[in-house]
Amino acid sequence: MLNPLRQIKKVSDWVNERMQLQSSIGPLMSHRVPLRARWFYVFGSATLTCFLMQILTGILLATVYVPSAGEAYQSLEHLNYVQPLGWYLRALHNFFGNAMVFMLICHLLQVVIFAAYKYPRELTWVFGCILFICVLAMAFTGQVLRWDQDAYWGLGIGASMAGRVPLIGPYLVHLMLGGPIIGGETLSRFFALHVFVLPLTIAGTIFVHVMLVLKNGISDPPKAGTLVNPKTEREEYEKRISGDEGTTFFPTPIARDAIFSGGLVIVVALLAAMLGPAGPNGIPDPTIIDTSPKPDIWFMSVFSSLALLPPAIETFLILTAPVVLVLALFAVPFMSNSGERHISKRPVAALTLIFIILVYVVLTVLGYQSPWSPKMQAWSSDETPIQFIEGRTPLELAGAVTFQYKQCRNCHQLGGIGGQRGPELDTIATRKTTPELIRQAVQGGGNMPTYGHNLSPEELNAVVAFLATLHPENQPQAQTADKSLNPAD
Amino acid sequence: MTRRTLLNKLALLINGVAALLVGIPLVGFIFAPAVDKAKNQWISLGKLDEFTVGQTKLAQYMNPYLVPWDGETAKVPCWVRRIDEKTFQVFAINCAHLGCPVKWFAESELFMCPCHGGVYYADGSRASGPPPRGLFEYEYRVENGNLEVRGGRLPTLQESV
Repeated sequence: MLNPLRQIKKVSDWVNERMQLQSSIGPLMSHRVPLRARWFYVFGSATLTCFLMQILTGILLATVYVPSAGEAYQSLEHLNYVQPLGWYLRALHNFFGNAMVFMLICHLLQVVIFAAYKYPRELTWVFGCILFICVLAMAFTGQVLRWDQDAYWGLGIGASMAGRVPLIGPYLVHLMLGGPIIGGETLSRFFALHVFVLPLTIAGTIFVHVMLVLKNGISDPPKAGTLVNPKTEREEYEKRISGDEGTTFFPTPIARDAIFSGGLVIVVALLAAMLGPAGPNGIPDPTIIDTSPKPDIWFMSVFSSLALLPPAIETFLILTAPVVLVLALFAVPFMSNSGERHISKRPVAALTLIFIILVYVVLTVLGYQSPWSPKMQAWSSDETPIQFIEGRTPLELAGAVTFQYKQCRNCHQLGGIGGQRGPELDTIATRKTTPELIRQAVQGGGNMPTYGHNLSPEELNAVVAFLATLHPENQPQAQTADKSLNPAD
Repeated sequence: MTRRTLLNKLALLINGVAALLVGIPLVGFIFAPAVDKAKNQWISLGKLDEFTVGQTKLAQYMNPYLVPWDGETAKVPCWVRRIDEKTFQVFAINCAHLGCPVKWFAESELFMCPCHGGVYYADGSRASGPPPRGLFEYEYRVENGNLEVRGGRLPTLQESV
């Protein structure tokens, strides 16, 4: 009788004898990892899982997607609506991409909070930074491959920023676009980056990053008062990790990694099935100008910054901020590679981290609201709430119509509806007298264009009459001081 | 010189030559679009009578550098303002701030940008918002009853259309 188990053992022994697996996989499984803070160590492997899923779904997408400016959009529509399960594949690729950035951010936060980048893991951090930048570049180039209106105008924004570089700006624009304007060669360039250059760079960098993790060991959870001293750290770490503060990677920690990664895949797969693919949003025809281009979530904060920067220093910041931010990221372990690791003893690091997160989240949320942009359809589609027209004279009503017709509403809200570029005008009459309203409409000022040359005297008269009614019932319109001082007038 | 150092030096030399031989054309290939400065050509936007005096209208042309697989992206829109019989202003669609498409509102005679809130007057000058200058303007001429412009480039701050 053949014993099947014995047969399997025989085959595996035969393979093992030739591949020497015990010397390569063995140390990987038996290397000591920290025992405490167990679930904080799952984000790196989760990011890797996302990367593998991106390769898998990416290859499958490449079997249908056409990287041609003339056909990319149609091939995405084909995936969405014609090819069975094509929509699901696109949704998976999008959600795993976003999950990859998110897991990478979690991993980065864990490393910063644990100060895991200190001696001897400075280079592990450096290679991690390269991965971080490459993954963000994947997110940006992936958004370009969606080849819709957002992609087209997003490229325009990128090129306009590149065009501000002194001297070589125009050359950079042509280099980035593969020609003088966005077209077929632009998409092909970004395709090559997204599908060949960046994934290969990421794969190679992951190899070095993981190799360094294995060589230097996983940084153990910090204890306040335990200092990193580069002279003794390796010995101390060895002592801690080989004692009862460490355990072998197999079987328990690896199981935690597998549980988290598996759970992540399930969540992402369900999200993708429920929410479906992202876009493509409108054919990339630049003559369709009724569009309001927005970047994907990870770049929304950049979009907001570009609206909010003071114009005088905008170019300077566009050119220097990315360089400074990237250098600062790489420099983290070189600014402080020894001493305290516990976050409670690193107030500057903690506050910097909180500051960065707050700025990033606030700018991202603001990006979705875009209060700085005129609301292009407000003048023709937003209603005028009844309280602003009820009981008004014909002249005031004509003013309310002119207010809509001249697109004032695109920048000014009434009753919380309309653009937010300029101030809300619900109670403008309590702040401005009639002469002041006339002056503001005619001359503009602040951030308002002058309307003097395109409001007829009748229109101006009507608009001001309407605006003068915009005050609460029990609060009179603003008056000039001299009037109130001389009641005889 | 021993045989070993000779061989080491020979290895460096041969591979250095090989790297240059292959590398220079490859780098040249990547950078070709940057160096190949576009020569803007005269392109027709249509017959003169398509543009009414006193009005501003969206026109479009085909990018002169198009490749057959450009698809829809070969089209380039622009705003044509006809001031009188002979005088025009042709504006690039791209906001001078960061290139988003500006939209003309005939009633308030303003161009507004949907991205970061740039606003321009009818003559293309900056009205408000972040743009550092007015709209980019095309060179134009009237030839055989056609309005022609010189263009085809994505305008940026240091290189107009």
